[in-house]
Amino acid sequence: MTVQSLFPQLEALLPRVQKPIQYVGGELNSTVKDWDAVDVHWALMYPDAYEVGLPNQGIQILYEVLNERADVLAERTYAVWPDLEKLMREAGIGQFTVDAHRPVAAFDLLGVSFSTELGYTNLLSALDLAGLPLESRYRTDGQPIVLAGGHAAFNPEPIADFIDAAVLGDGEEAVGEISDVVGEWIRQGRPGGRDEVLLRLARTEAVYVPRFYDVDYLPDGRIRRVVPNRADVPFRVHKRTTMDLDAWPYPKQPLVPLAETVHERASVEIFRGCTRGCRFCQAGMITRPVRERSITGIGEMVEASLSATGFEEVGLLSLSSADHSEIGDIAKGLADQYEGTQTGLSLPSTRVDAFNVTLAQELSRGGRRSGLTFAPEGGSERLRRVINKMVSHEDLIRTVTTAYSAGWRQVKLYFMCGLPTETDDDVLEIATMAKDVIRAGRAATGTKDVRCTVSIGGFVPKPHTPFQWAAQAEADTIDRRLHALRDAINSDRSLGKAIGFRYHDGKPGIIEGLLSRGDRRVGAVIRAAWESGARFDGWSEHFSYDRWVAACEQVLPAYGVTLGWYTTRERGETEVLPWDHLDSGLDKDWLWTDWQDALNNQEQDDCRWTPCFDCGVCPGMGTEIQIGPTGRLMAATVAQPVEHFTSDSSQNAPQLPGPAG
Amino acid sequence: MSGKRQPEGEPPPPVVQRLRVRYAKRGRLRFTSHRDFARALERAIRRAKVPIAYSAGFSPHPKVSYVGACPTGVASEAEYLEIGLAESVEPQRLLAALDASLPVGLDLVEVVEAQEGSLAERINCSRWEIALPRVPVATLTAAVQRFMAVSEVPVERLTKSGTRTVDARGAVVRVDTRPNRDAVEGECATLELVVRHVTPAVRPDDILTGLQSVADLELPEAPRATRLAQGLLDATGQIADPLSTIHAAARQQTSRSGN
Repeated sequence: MTVQSLFPQLEALLPRVQKPIQYVGGELNSTVKDWDAVDVHWALMYPDAYEVGLPNQGIQILYEVLNERADVLAERTYAVWPDLEKLMREAGIGQFTVDAHRPVAAFDLLGVSFSTELGYTNLLSALDLAGLPLESRYRTDGQPIVLAGGHAAFNPEPIADFIDAAVLGDGEEAVGEISDVVGEWIRQGRPGGRDEVLLRLARTEAVYVPRFYDVDYLPDGRIRRVVPNRADVPFRVHKRTTMDLDAWPYPKQPLVPLAETVHERASVEIFRGCTRGCRFCQAGMITRPVRERSITGIGEMVEASLSATGFEEVGLLSLSSADHSEIGDIAKGLADQYEGTQTGLSLPSTRVDAFNVTLAQELSRGGRRSGLTFAPEGGSERLRRVINKMVSHEDLIRTVTTAYSAGWRQVKLYFMCGLPTETDDDVLEIATMAKDVIRAGRAATGTKDVRCTVSIGGFVPKPHTPFQWAAQAEADTIDRRLHALRDAINSDRSLGKAIGFRYHDGKPGIIEGLLSRGDRRVGAVIRAAWESGARFDGWSEHFSYDRWVAACEQVLPAYGVTLGWYTTRERGETEVLPWDHLDSGLDKDWLWTDWQDALNNQEQDDCRWTPCFDCGVCPGMGTEIQIGPTGRLMAATVAQPVEHFTSDSSQNAPQLPGPAG
Repeated sequence: MSGKRQPEGEPPPPVVQRLRVRYAKRGRLRFTSHRDFARALERAIRRAKVPIAYSAGFSPHPKVSYVGACPTGVASEAEYLEIGLAESVEPQRLLAALDASLPVGLDLVEVVEAQEGSLAERINCSRWEIALPRVPVATLTAAVQRFMAVSEVPVERLTKSGTRTVDARGAVVRVDTRPNRDAVEGECATLELVVRHVTPAVRPDDILTGLQSVADLELPEAPRATRLAQGLLDATGQIADPLSTIHAAARQQTSRSGN
């Protein structure tokens, strides 16, 4: 089957749209393979604009892993902005990949990575633009299998009608197994059609196929049960966990866009998972256990990324980067390696302690200093016990004093509003904190030239966390508390003018809450909102709360439930949650106990340093915490000195050594 | 600026060599903006390990200076920039290494040692070619005659600071029309223009808008513009190559004869 490029038709439209370069492809380190030379064709989508989607590490990793296979090709597609969408509809051009501009409808699989639920309407736009039926049940044998992944896929029920399958957890091994299953089915001549290949995927117990499960409801609207409607599909589908990060040093050759994107840097993931146990944090709960990349692996990936891209900054990513067991040696090793090379090394820093400042200082020896961000998350010490983010007021003041003394003039503080048990006073304490930060900064530097920024948004309870039962705060409550906080910050002009205040209003969080903890009935709401124009819901200029409320009012009365029922209603211990049949490894009883501890203002330890408290992940998944120190050293031989201008400027990254072990 | 904070440690090494570069923006990469090109170049410089000099300060910038900017969506065979290096490099080696490091479509054409005077002083006009698919040559020629017959053609352009009126006619030095040699199907007229660099700049788009307003020229398909050359307009109407050594040579002769 020959698949034609859509570029000639698309090219004629590009002079009429904003930022046309985002649709052109041809990024450094991108790959175009011969369509007819492979069995399995993957389109990978990040359901947001190119500028947000291109840097996404998940897509970049899967793109490279898949393209390394001889029998597979993978191309990328992103949400097109409304200006191009309109022109594409007029010209009859379908959703296309940016690599070879092939029509998405021609691929065997469409894998969509959802970091956030606010991308759901963009999935519908892409399916519709591709000429595919929105609902899975109407798709025919020749059409792509639509697979959801990413953190939001841990509760894919709201999009169950639109996707064919979902994969929970780490993707780098899962995409290989899916390619094997689908490839074999294709080589056999597609026996049994779509249903057969989905059944084969479901039987792996690592792919969730919503159509093979029925949901029954109680008269009051709650779920009675979710059961398989086919023999030989599992009652529960388990998440995937990649255990040896050193064996998966991806992306080896990060994509370098021509268009400007939200993260203009290379990223190296230094560990996956987190056991800090912050109760609001879905990522920390669903990515357990902690698996560290070794110090040698990190050194090699940083060097490979820099040589392959020419980026001037590398971010050392993880959920709490200062917690790597060898972070001190990593920071020193990288700083030694890149000193004087105008290379920025950044550590997204959320931990509130002075060690974090020392690390940032070490990393800035490369010539560029990154910003310092701390995330106390809750305003009062009591509230921080509720959310299990154990930071004292004194810790924060000590930390920012160190930062200001070390030469930083600005720190950012992140908070959430609307946390369980929160009162107005808890939020107002943020103002006290920010003022004390400025006082500490002025005392430490002897100048008035210090600033801090308070960033705060509404909390959205997420599935697979101890707060999955919590009542989400009303949008009005969030807005009222945030306005009171702004006034409290500005009540003292001499301090208030040194404090920046950035906040998001409460309404978008309510819709995110609906999509996060929704069930299959929410699918009709998504469709109704999309049909009335919802697109790019993560963008304030495109998001319309009223449109979503109207969609809820149109759809939900038939089911006897409401927007508030899904969001601001507290759930009981025995309620069947829409995602109970999807196994993140966490024991539901443990989550409930942790939720009760939260309500009793009781903190929980980090199991990296204290005995196991039976969250359920390690024994259930057959995994274990993997932390150092390894005692190994960072190899100092990979960097090329800058003094000698070499003509060896091949665009290819140096080959990394093969997987360890 | 006394009292301004300075980074600790040694200032960056000084510039020891300046090279001038002619580059092209071709094919689908014509959709890069000027800023897109600048980022791509800086990354290519780092990948190729060019010993670029950096500015001092808390956020050091590589020493690259541009002359003008090519509009997004417009191709070019003749864009110019100058780079400052912290170590001397043979220009041909830099050309080969940096061109290999840039994406295909952003191509280095020529690299020479900087001569006297600034690059900006060697550039005051552009020669453009604009292909107009499905426009008959006779129609275009008639429109151009009406355009050239008037002394002023005000056109409006949307800028960041609102709508601005520019005179599309005043900057046009010369204009020719011809059929496009490469046209496979249908007619495709080509406009060739020499346009003086004025402030605000008059771009190919402005001239097409002018042709539409003066002569109702219809454009059934998106036009494709290419900058073919930039340089100094001489008395004969020719454009002098800004990287040519003739100016420098001429100046040396003058100074010798003065002795």
